Amino acid sequence: MAPRKLAVANLQAGYGDVQVLWDVTMEVGPGELVSIIGSNGAGKTTLMRCISGLLVPTAGSIEVDDKVMTQAAPANFVRAGIAHVPEGRRLFSAMSIRDNLLMGAYLRRDKAGIAVDLERVYAMFPILAERRWQDAGTLSGGEQQMCAIGRGLMASPSLLLIDELSLGLAPRVVELLSESLRAVNKSGVAILLVEQDVMNALELADRAYVIDHGRVTMSGPAMSLANDPAIREAYMGLA
Amino acid sequence: MKNWITLIVVAAMLATLPLVGNNYLLRLASILCMYAVLAQSWNFIGGLAGYPSFATAAFFGLGAYTSAILQNQGLPMMLAWGTAGLTTLLFAAALGGAILHLRGHYFAIASLIVAEMLREIVNTTPNLTGGGMGLNLPIMRISVEAQARYFFYAMLSLAFLCTATAIVVYRSKLGFGLRCIQQNEDAASILGVNAYSYKTAAFSLSAVFVGIAGAIYASWVNYIEPPDVFDILLAVKPLVMVLLGGLGTIFGPAIGALILLMFEEFVWRNFLTVHAAALGLIIVVLVLFLPNGLLSLLRERFARLRGAR
Repeated sequence: MAPRKLAVANLQAGYGDVQVLWDVTMEVGPGELVSIIGSNGAGKTTLMRCISGLLVPTAGSIEVDDKVMTQAAPANFVRAGIAHVPEGRRLFSAMSIRDNLLMGAYLRRDKAGIAVDLERVYAMFPILAERRWQDAGTLSGGEQQMCAIGRGLMASPSLLLIDELSLGLAPRVVELLSESLRAVNKSGVAILLVEQDVMNALELADRAYVIDHGRVTMSGPAMSLANDPAIREAYMGLA
Repeated sequence: MKNWITLIVVAAMLATLPLVGNNYLLRLASILCMYAVLAQSWNFIGGLAGYPSFATAAFFGLGAYTSAILQNQGLPMMLAWGTAGLTTLLFAAALGGAILHLRGHYFAIASLIVAEMLREIVNTTPNLTGGGMGLNLPIMRISVEAQARYFFYAMLSLAFLCTATAIVVYRSKLGFGLRCIQQNEDAASILGVNAYSYKTAAFSLSAVFVGIAGAIYASWVNYIEPPDVFDILLAVKPLVMVLLGGLGTIFGPAIGALILLMFEEFVWRNFLTVHAAALGLIIVVLVLFLPNGLLSLLRERFARLRGAR
């Protein structure tokens, strides 16, 4: 069997009495770029919260590098190489951009490596370097997303979870961020991308899963999903 | 470094007070130090972590009663104070585990009822605590002046210790993590900050010095009763002081304590019946117009001066 960075099997999760995820099974290989697409409230964010330890699933399993992590705390997911770029960016708005980025490396001990990664993030998003001493709250939406992605990369992850890359951003900015993600992916980091913008998600990804009402309804290579008539009709408004 | 120098200079200046001041001034200074301890302690959980705790009264009363009961069993005073601090610390750690998953108003209300709960326990166990009758403490066999000096130095030392702890914590990884939790707890968790244990640590820090302050207070006034040491105002005043001085700053709480004390002495004494209403008014005005404290006004002016140069 091919090695898997992340393997989710028969996952069930929810909040209180409300079950959101039903029997979700999916996986991400090392260095792969996988998308999860689906409409609002389909359970995409809930799945992401489970994969980063913020939400403990009620049943099923999560394995990272073939180690069971189902009940693990968020810190352990970070240590296992999973960095989560949450929906809505969730920056520390009263802290400087530099401090926000450094917070991404919170669990790391290698000072030299942290410095190298900080320069790498600055090189990827020069605007962040320019404004490094500014409060994160003063950034525009697109810049905040750059900062959030940069913060995720500062954990030196082998799998980057990105929840809603394009939400509320201008198409030009989305284009730029997508390019950056491709570059990150080329450098060997696997990416699991949750998107409402199905067209963009399928363009970026190698493979994709379609989630509807908390269940995986379709999966496969992104190209073939993009050409699937059902997908085109339901998610792209194309016949 | 600047913080340490400020702290040592201010403490040293205060320490010379018994040479020049009378007993009234010494008493005020003791209360000032006690207030500074309460405010500084609240700042750990309220200012740093952003959790609006109203448990200060519970910690204060618990410390006072623990020390009083132990001393009546024959334990030496200092040892009783230390044990009271330790008891309060453990109590806060356990309590934190139970209520720190609540956020915002829910946490505030949960922390508010703890003092009421403890007060009821004291009221219903008269054999141990004296119940509503209150509890007497052993009186020190030294002159009134010597007592005033003794308790002033005790409170001053505690305020010094508490502020020193704040300086260390604010610059530590714990302080950094707590500030992140305050700004965005989910994001902090995502990055691997163990929010639960950090919050518990902040809550415990907000308790231990208050417990000792309660213990010293009990020895100082020689007699405690539930309405006195579980007074709800003991939970409200720290919040007011920190808001006055500056949320999440190191010397804000002490400055707020000074302002509140002056306010109490010069104004409330003339409006005894409505002083609680005056307190409420201050909170409203502060929250509406000066959410970052009076210090922020000074800082802004200072920044403007520097900008003009």
